[in-house]
Amino acid sequence: MAARNSEHRYGWVAIALHWLMAPAIIGMFALGWWMRQLSYYDPWYRQGPELHKGIGILLLALLLLRLAWKAINPRPGDMPGQARWQVVTARFAHGALYLLLLAIMVSGYLISTADGRPINVFGWFEVPATLQGFDNQEDLAGEVHEVLAWSLMGLVALHALAALKHHFVDRDATLRRMLGLRGNPPSRPPRKEVGSPATGSPASNQ
Amino acid sequence: MKKVAIFLFAALMGATAQAAEYKIDTKGAHAFIQFRIKHLGYSWLYGRFDDFSGSFQYDESKPAESSINVEIDVASIDSNHAERDKHLRGEDFLHVEKYPTATFKSTSYEPMGNGKGKLSGELTLRGVTKPVVIDVEHVGGGKDPWGGYRQGFTGTTEFALKDFGIMYDLGPASQTVEMILDVEGIRI
Ligand code: HEM
Ligand code: HEM
Repeated sequence: MAARNSEHRYGWVAIALHWLMAPAIIGMFALGWWMRQLSYYDPWYRQGPELHKGIGILLLALLLLRLAWKAINPRPGDMPGQARWQVVTARFAHGALYLLLLAIMVSGYLISTADGRPINVFGWFEVPATLQGFDNQEDLAGEVHEVLAWSLMGLVALHALAALKHHFVDRDATLRRMLGLRGNPPSRPPRKEVGSPATGSPASNQ
Repeated sequence: MKKVAIFLFAALMGATAQAAEYKIDTKGAHAFIQFRIKHLGYSWLYGRFDDFSGSFQYDESKPAESSINVEIDVASIDSNHAERDKHLRGEDFLHVEKYPTATFKSTSYEPMGNGKGKLSGELTLRGVTKPVVIDVEHVGGGKDPWGGYRQGFTGTTEFALKDFGIMYDLGPASQTVEMILDVEGIRI
């Protein structure tokens, strides 16, 4: 498989980034939610947040890498035969996912660095505080972080449902190409003929 | 932690009479509402409330008539650690969104001589009002170099976190918090 995206397919770099980050992000939500209810004497009371912040910073680095990679790669075309509103909604949703992720990570960073303390990433390196000192920064950033984290989970659920709908209902190659799988969509023939099946690969309708 | 605070004052015995109302000098930050609580039983953790206001009545010849009112912006808690402060402001501790202010209103003052005394009053914190007694000592008073007249006191008190609805378990050594209160008032 090629590293780079083509007009029709995701390359392995984009695929690897997507599937490395997706479970980590969902795990971060669970960890963030769970760690807040720990009692003071729980062994995870300190480790939970350390892990959350460390993974969070690494995810931020991956996200920046992912956006840079996206910028210098073609975008695989939309599935043929999709309604215009679906295509627009999907692109809007993908943009919102990136934005939410970025905002969540930045707000998390602003909680922890509100008093000038750096964030230590598993003892490997430290990310210094930069913006700090506006009034009750940690509370404000915390509220933003929490609200956006819930919003992200809502959007991710829709996103995953949409992917499954493409796969099982539309029977197109949307999910397969994000999984790096070649070949035809699931065996049952599509309900309606679209694109040019003779070529064997979905044509872009752009 | 947390806790809140308050004030004090009162009086002293003797000395010369100046029956008057004093405004607590928060503008010049000559007043401090601090607390300390044991961490794990191994050390003391200190913090303070940065925003509060209040005034007191004090007459050196009639210290028993001293009184004080203080209002504290609870969200101004600062224990020198943003993540901890965030936790302290949350529901586990001060729940500042629901209970943004704490107050202390004195009800009586009992001079014990030597500038010392016991100041009784009602502390309202986290929506709970309970009587507390503050051990007070007059530190000094008189003219300041800028044309004003000041009196200052220091005091301490202690109460259990759970008396004010703070149920979060910090461990057996950390059930109570001490308040360390210092105020300087300018006569108005
Ligand atoms: C994928 C990214 C992230 C997700 C999904 C996420 C999710 C969450 C969630 C759900 C909470 C609990 C919120 C609450 O109940 O108040 C939380 C708390 C927190 N997060 Fe994140 N987070 C992410 C990234 C980060 C990053 C990058 C940092 C900092 C470097 C960070 C720092 C924090 C901190 C300090 C808290 C604790 C807030 C508190 O104790 O009040 N998070 N996060
Ligand atoms: C935290 C979880 C997830 C996040 C943040 C996320 C984010 C994203 C983003 C930003 C894109 C757009 C990629 C681009 O720029 O071209 C994308 C594409 C995609 N995602 Fe996810 N995703 C998540 C979970 C999932 C899950 C669970 C599934 C499947 C059930 C899934 C299936 C897909 C598919 C099929 C595409 C390709 C869409 C297309 O080709 O237009 N994602 N994802």
